Amino acid sequence: MSSTDALYQELILEHNRKPRNFREMPDATATVEGRNPLCGDEVRVWVKLEGDTISDVSFLSPPGKGCAISKASASLMTTAVKGKSRAEAEALFERFHDLVMGKLPESEHKSLGSLRALGGVSRFPLRVKCASLAWHAMHSALDAGPAEVSTEREGNAPPPTEGA
Amino acid sequence: MTTVQRNTVSARRSTPVGATVDRRDFPLLAAHPHLHYLDSAATSQKPRAVLDAIRQYYENDNANPHRGAYELSARATQRYHDARARIARFVGVRDTDRLIFTRGTTESLNLVASAWGRANVGAGDEVVITGLEHHANFVPWQQLALERRAVLRICRITADGRIDLDELASIVSARTKVVAFNHVSNALGTVNPVGEIAAIARRHGAVVVCDGAQGAPHLPLDLDSLDVDFYAFSGHKMLGPMGSGVLVGRRDLLEAMPPYQTGGDMIEIVGDDRTTWNVLPHKFEAGTPNVADAVGLAAACEYLDTIGMERVHAHEKALTTLATERLTAVPDVKIHGPSVELRGGVVSFTVGDIHPHDLATILDQEGVCVRAGHHCAQPLMRRLNVPATVRASFYVYNDENDVAALVAGIEKAKTLFQSA
Repeated sequence: MSSTDALYQELILEHNRKPRNFREMPDATATVEGRNPLCGDEVRVWVKLEGDTISDVSFLSPPGKGCAISKASASLMTTAVKGKSRAEAEALFERFHDLVMGKLPESEHKSLGSLRALGGVSRFPLRVKCASLAWHAMHSALDAGPAEVSTEREGNAPPPTEGA
Repeated sequence: MTTVQRNTVSARRSTPVGATVDRRDFPLLAAHPHLHYLDSAATSQKPRAVLDAIRQYYENDNANPHRGAYELSARATQRYHDARARIARFVGVRDTDRLIFTRGTTESLNLVASAWGRANVGAGDEVVITGLEHHANFVPWQQLALERRAVLRICRITADGRIDLDELASIVSARTKVVAFNHVSNALGTVNPVGEIAAIARRHGAVVVCDGAQGAPHLPLDLDSLDVDFYAFSGHKMLGPMGSGVLVGRRDLLEAMPPYQTGGDMIEIVGDDRTTWNVLPHKFEAGTPNVADAVGLAAACEYLDTIGMERVHAHEKALTTLATERLTAVPDVKIHGPSVELRGGVVSFTVGDIHPHDLATILDQEGVCVRAGHHCAQPLMRRLNVPATVRASFYVYNDENDVAALVAGIEKAKTLFQSA
């Protein structure tokens, strides 16, 4: 499989075309806007917590302000963390981040379910920020962190350092 | 001149869209024969003549200029002086003292906004820029206005990305202290009518500042006859090294304004409680100068003059026309900016709803290097209501094969995204 095909897998293109949970959430517990100032991309993530459980999660990016990778990643994220506890979602973010950074051992890829489709990002260091933008926003929403996060600011961990 | 090398431009009498030079003059392109480098508006590749000139300087002539009482230092001083004279000749400036070396266009423009601006712009005065500007010719003026409590006026642009001259004429007034604009838009390639813009500014005595980052590398220039007070450009976009740049200023303005930075080399007499400034150009070149890169930029000017700037311009025109024709024929491709006659060697476009970053990634896999994003021109992108575009930009080493690779890569991306 070529690098391009590895990056733009069927599932990625499908989620880009028909993103899941692509909506506002007026009764959310928290909402955070993620921005990548280098490319101008924006994504807003809403999280609703019931006790410690993520009962609902959604996102939107303004027209033209989300590439296929960032949209598909956000979409897959919402399907993956819904119903999970905060701790489970954070742990998933860490493993997902290892995946896109190329640090997750092959043997553990399976445990990520459909998020595996984003494994091709590890061959494209410039696109790691696209893939993790929504996750950083979700992390901040769960953590009662800043209402805006930027890929270029420290403190968006875990883990804060990304290629390029 | 001691050793500025006669370079070997292997000029081909070419078909209109063959390269104007042999790719083998450029070590990076020679080493990567399958690379289609279409991002020269960001930075150009470097010919061997430039790399050799820098190396020769360090190997034969390196010392701190203007200081040492020994022959080597005198030689370094001479190399620096010769480089300034060579670059001045390239851009049509006879009085070489008014050519100031900087780190690049950004520093040149900051120098003007800071040193000239703080001394000449006050509360209630107006600073006019345009919606077409790169951040480097936008943010320094915005910050100056904020600091001086002046009014920043941003001239409207037309839907096809030209400066609206009627609007410009209506907002420039006796309160206007300066009109700043780019010669050629980095984002869209629009070539702006410098003379007409300057004439509007002159009616009210405003100072005229031109960002020439995309002008000097691509157009024949005769700055002595161009009606601007300050003209800024970068070496690295015109085959020269990164970290080299130029500000050409009007002598009386440069002499009247305070220095930008202070320190060694730029002083005349340093007393305990006051200092007097050195003459031009040294007044604006504090600290040890970047001699090697000035020498490198002079070699780049030599290389470009060997081709001839008229020919460089005609070549880019031909490639831009070809690319525009081919891209227009691809369904869903939308080209942003003015019609091709009004554009330099830039094609800025979008393809359906494929995000420019996805397109750039796919093109990259085909060896095609393009810029994707807001092109350091967020105010412009807001005005065009386009979040991002893909930009292909051409230079002397590009040819029709590069255009063909670009079009093929776009077709591939379309197929990929349509199949989902």
